[in-house]
Amino acid sequence: MVDVPFDTVAGVPPAEVGEVELYHPRSWWTRYVFSQDAKIIAIQYSITAMSIGMVALVLSWLMRLQLGFPGTFSFIDPNQYLQFITMHGMIMVIYLLTALFLGGFGNYLIPLMVGARDMVFPYVNMLSYWVYLLAVMVLVSTFFVPGGPTGAGWTLYPPQAILSGTPGQDWGIVLMLASLILFIIGFTMGGLNYVVTVLQARTRGMTLMRLPLTVWGIFTATVMALLAFPALFVASVMLLLDRLLGTSFFMPTLVEMGTLTKYGGGSPILFQHLFWFFGHPEVYIVALPAFGIISDLISVHARKNIFGYRMMVWAIVAIGALSFVVWAHHMYVSGMHPYFGFFFATTTLIIAIPTAIKVYNWVLTLWRGDIHLTIPMLFALAFIITFVNGGLTGLFLGNVVVDVPLSDTMFVVAHFHMVMGIAPIMAVFGGIYHWYPKVTGRMLNEVLGRFHFWVSFLGAYAIFFPMHYLGLLGMPRRYHDIGETAFVPASAHDLNAFMSVAALIVGFAQLVFLFNLIWSLLKGKEAGGNPWGAASLEWQTPETPPGHGNWGKELPIVHRWAYDYSVPGAARDFVAQNEPPAGLSAQGSHA
Amino acid sequence: MAVAIILLLVAIASVLFHIFSPWWWTPLASNWRYIDDTITLTFWITGAVFFAVVAFMAYCVFRFRHTEGRRAAYNPENKRLEWWLSVGTAIGVAAMLAPGLVVWHQFVTVPANATEVEVMGQQWQWSYRLPGKDGRLGTSDARNVSAENPMGLNPDDPAGQDDVVIQNDDLHLPLGKPVKVLLRSIDVLHDFYVPEFRAKMDMIPGSVTYYWFTPTRTGTFDVLCAELCGAAHAQMRSKVIVEEEKDYHAWLEKQHSFAELSGQRDVAKAAYTRESE
Repeated sequence: MVDVPFDTVAGVPPAEVGEVELYHPRSWWTRYVFSQDAKIIAIQYSITAMSIGMVALVLSWLMRLQLGFPGTFSFIDPNQYLQFITMHGMIMVIYLLTALFLGGFGNYLIPLMVGARDMVFPYVNMLSYWVYLLAVMVLVSTFFVPGGPTGAGWTLYPPQAILSGTPGQDWGIVLMLASLILFIIGFTMGGLNYVVTVLQARTRGMTLMRLPLTVWGIFTATVMALLAFPALFVASVMLLLDRLLGTSFFMPTLVEMGTLTKYGGGSPILFQHLFWFFGHPEVYIVALPAFGIISDLISVHARKNIFGYRMMVWAIVAIGALSFVVWAHHMYVSGMHPYFGFFFATTTLIIAIPTAIKVYNWVLTLWRGDIHLTIPMLFALAFIITFVNGGLTGLFLGNVVVDVPLSDTMFVVAHFHMVMGIAPIMAVFGGIYHWYPKVTGRMLNEVLGRFHFWVSFLGAYAIFFPMHYLGLLGMPRRYHDIGETAFVPASAHDLNAFMSVAALIVGFAQLVFLFNLIWSLLKGKEAGGNPWGAASLEWQTPETPPGHGNWGKELPIVHRWAYDYSVPGAARDFVAQNEPPAGLSAQGSHA
Repeated sequence: MAVAIILLLVAIASVLFHIFSPWWWTPLASNWRYIDDTITLTFWITGAVFFAVVAFMAYCVFRFRHTEGRRAAYNPENKRLEWWLSVGTAIGVAAMLAPGLVVWHQFVTVPANATEVEVMGQQWQWSYRLPGKDGRLGTSDARNVSAENPMGLNPDDPAGQDDVVIQNDDLHLPLGKPVKVLLRSIDVLHDFYVPEFRAKMDMIPGSVTYYWFTPTRTGTFDVLCAELCGAAHAQMRSKVIVEEEKDYHAWLEKQHSFAELSGQRDVAKAAYTRESE
């Protein structure tokens, strides 16, 4: 009955999928290793991303040991310090956050949330993961090559990135660029998949304006990534050519350690434009999936519809579009034409408006809600605080003249850690605590989870909030040791030591989290199919964890948006997306 | 309850930290008070928003936390409220952006009477050059760099012969005179950064960048490099000494011009060659 009008729409998948259309694993290897099932690929992506993330965590410990107690640890020299910061930044931004949000959450949630059986190109999806794994392995290999990994800073600015004054100039930088190129190839395969799946494989009744905001966030971020990563790709290829073949894309006439090089005629600032044309959208590639996840967590755990859904969707799209015209706000003091500052400061501050709308709508969703302070909700609250904090300091750095004294200081480090480090990681954790029961069928341990939450949130805040003030003081970033200066008081060193101790403790809490992930897999409480009473489609699967093909024999039919919580007159405090309207329930969903 | 209190405490602690922080900007030594004022204004606006959002959240958590029998309200949208919030945000943003752009205009508009001073960065030291009596700096090129001519000045440019060259030493500037700092590098990116002046700009090999300021306070100020430039980035230091006009001239008298330095080197070289024969 209800599905008749939907069937007449072109491009809507049939309710039953014939055997030939769906890939089936034939052995243990193709089921768990070379799997083409998006859910397995998602878990592979997540485990790989979190493993490499542990490397980044250890690097951050080493950096903080050096900054907090300069000169105490003789095994950290200035070269290594630069290598640590470079690899930490690169891993966190690209190999952890981008991969985890898009490859991990995207792969798991998109097919389930839109009501598809799998991604539309399962084989390409599998390849995407294996190329990503190769990129990670190339990245890790740089720790073991002569000269070690590159110490050029995660921005890899030429000329220094490929000259001998920078550590890792020999092998490190070459492998770093090769790894980035591989990552982008792998991502493109996955990314096309996510976009086509959202556009083409939605189940009947799942209109775009009924998608959960998590899908909107991941979808928009993926489109942006497909447009932004090519800029990094060409920049990496060109830099690699400069390094290996002696071309001069980014290299002007210059002297290397007192000797004139053969380079000439290139432009170092061209690299910066290419890098940030990728790099700024990258911030939102990490932020938009987090926005989406947080919207869903708040709505589910406050038992209330997300406030202003349509505005939230348009805000995501507007932020995505605007983020392509703000890149040079990273370059206010780069020496580009100073008049660009007027344009980029204006576009940058305009982005604050759709972003602020999102924040208002999150807190207005809490208003008159029925707030369950579950662990996902706690992480969502922490996300809002850290994101608002980091977003507001963005108004300092985006406002060109204010950026002049603050750029390249610890203020910048504090800002971007708060806004695209801590905040998205809070969303990652919230998302894991929220969806782990669906992925494994078991709940994560509550006590360990709360310990993990409070130490991570308060600890991270204690590291990065005071750090802004060191930047305001004038302390530059990327210094292994501030050394002798008249303007840095002794108390600043005490503050640094305090931040380092906090960082060690926060890092330790992550080990508790990893333990919880493994322990709960074996011993966690049975979750059931829908432990949170959530309305969106992924919680309505016939099996938990969802079986191969997700939906059993028939695809679900969607009757409403994903946010029908506490609907007046409804029996329960949520109405699932695929629950037929009252008048139709007697006839069943399929005639 | 506890959660609401902790959220509120985070907001209050942040504000108290801001007020009582002993870590604050170094006393200004240039004309860029406007930059400091814009930062202060931005702190006020963003601080108010931060506190309001977190306090509102804490209130919601306290007031609407789950209790037996509570049911959330159902209100999908409120066009009016969303509209007002957007307009209010736009006004707040404009209140920060407008003064910011006005000050930026001043920052990029160099006064006609500014004296040019060249700062050159290389791994990992600073060199300085002042125009001589002709008031002009001679041309330079990385191709001219040699042990005898580390700044790469053009030996054939007559305008450059009287330029005052300062190597391995501090830069002196007269108090109260606007300075246009011309920034140049012969190897990688650097950034001439004196926290007390507030201004900063990258130096790019192959280009000359600039900024201007007027020193407003005498004293000795640390020069740091603010753009990652390789292994010894953190050790790339120098000092700027701002002094009264008369002291400045006394110092300037003692400095050497490019021609003098080249001449001395030629003499030294000739002497060395003769000795070794």
